Amino acid sequence: MTKLLQTLMDGVSVGSLYALIALGYTMVYGILKFINFAHSDIFMLGAWVSFTLATLMGWTSDAPWIAGPAVICGSMLICGTIGFVIERLAYRPLRAAPRINVLITAIGVSLFLENVGQLEYVFGTRPQRMPSLLPDTVLASVAGVSIRLVDVLVIGIAFSLMGALEYLVFSTKLGRAMRAVSHDLKTASLMGIDVDRVISITFIIGSSLAAAAGFLTAAKYPSINQPAHSNWILFGLKAFVAAVVGGIGNVRGAMAGGLMIGLVEMFGAAFFSPNLRDVYVFTLLIVVLLIKPDGLLGRATVEKV
Amino acid sequence: MSTMLEISGLHVSYGAIQALHGVDLKVEEGQIVTLIGSNGAGKSTTLRAVSGLLKPVSGTITFHGQRIDGMKAHDIVRLGISQAPEGRGVFANMTVAENLDLGAYVRDDKAGIASDMERSLDLFPRLRERLQQKAGTLSGGEQQMLAIGRALLARPKLLLLDEPSLGLAPQVVATIFQILRDINKSGTTILLVEQNAHMALEVAHRGYVLEVGRVVLSDDAKVLAQSDEVRKHYLGVG
Repeated sequence: MTKLLQTLMDGVSVGSLYALIALGYTMVYGILKFINFAHSDIFMLGAWVSFTLATLMGWTSDAPWIAGPAVICGSMLICGTIGFVIERLAYRPLRAAPRINVLITAIGVSLFLENVGQLEYVFGTRPQRMPSLLPDTVLASVAGVSIRLVDVLVIGIAFSLMGALEYLVFSTKLGRAMRAVSHDLKTASLMGIDVDRVISITFIIGSSLAAAAGFLTAAKYPSINQPAHSNWILFGLKAFVAAVVGGIGNVRGAMAGGLMIGLVEMFGAAFFSPNLRDVYVFTLLIVVLLIKPDGLLGRATVEKV
Repeated sequence: MSTMLEISGLHVSYGAIQALHGVDLKVEEGQIVTLIGSNGAGKSTTLRAVSGLLKPVSGTITFHGQRIDGMKAHDIVRLGISQAPEGRGVFANMTVAENLDLGAYVRDDKAGIASDMERSLDLFPRLRERLQQKAGTLSGGEQQMLAIGRALLARPKLLLLDEPSLGLAPQVVATIFQILRDINKSGTTILLVEQNAHMALEVAHRGYVLEVGRVVLSDDAKVLAQSDEVRKHYLGVG
């Protein structure tokens, strides 16, 4: 019973991180129909920018309470700007080009970010330890499960951000414009929607959510791998799997997919073998694709002619 | 009567293929002007150029004397030109109400939008019954009504319609054309692209015949409907 609850907690906590990253993949795919391979690097940047900000501010030990909120906001702001610049410089000039060109450009951007990140005067090639900005306290013990503040915050912040995004996409004018652009760029522009602006906003939102995930990951697992470490790519890849499992292009699907991937991974690791945790995730992907190729919440597009 | 839209010497290409070879056309304020011609004549291309979806190679498009060729599509909507595109282009996974709201995207006057929404729903009562339904579930005719109703919500001075009769039953087409007349009577100028020359010339004041990217005939719609050329090639008589 204790193990069950503990695993549930871990699964939801990791799953909400996957979900935050998956949202960026799915939003960009929904609008531009390409996989932004550089997205997992924005997640990496989110963690490293958080580390750098905390260090610069001298918040290495006994950080004031403001440190956590300031760093996460700073990281989201900086990474949002980076996402905006990447779209503007690398992807927008290729708007009319075949999709494969954009895809390869995205791989290029990804390699660029990883290698620039490794420069000595940027982040360097050594792993670092994230200073603990959030007090590492155990809030309560329920049925033998210790509820750590960091997990509560990870889940709480992730869910609030997802809630905010859900509201934005489904209940505001901007969200309606985003959905229109994702359906069809040209028809959206006939409604008077500035399509370029909506795409920029999409990149800013997606990147800042990934940055939030980066901060939260560093808070949960304080050892930060060097920028080109394969763990970043693997984590990003699982988030991408989450987006596909949920139905790529579907915002609610990405959230559900993220949680599902997190739960499957953690339950597999806890009850079968922790060595096979990646296998569970990709098996789930294969099974979902076999049964429902459009993803759990994806819908095969039916259009009347 | 003043000239609302003037196109002169319009050349448009899709890559290496030239679609328009110097089209000249005028739309007077308050009229219904129709552009007829067979498939591939360049009718839709002309509308897309006016809406800013295509950039002309050369030639000018002016709206109330202001040049609009080369302007961005979303800015052109703000000037008062809205289009119900070919194939309707409704947002299939949004509700009818959301589609109509998007039509008013460029406007901020809440009261005005609400009264225009009523007007669109009065013109197309079928839409009122289906407000909360996903647009993708509507029939072809209903989708066309939605596309027109949505375009009207931008409160356009000039309404561009691309083949509103396409794929619809004759009765539905008759209904839609009657509504186009009403829309025009209440002060909206219309530029109508049609393959259904018979219906188009019946509602229009003026007509242009397009063949492989050139205007080959233009006259009063009534005169055109009587001309041998048009009767033979587009009305299937004589």
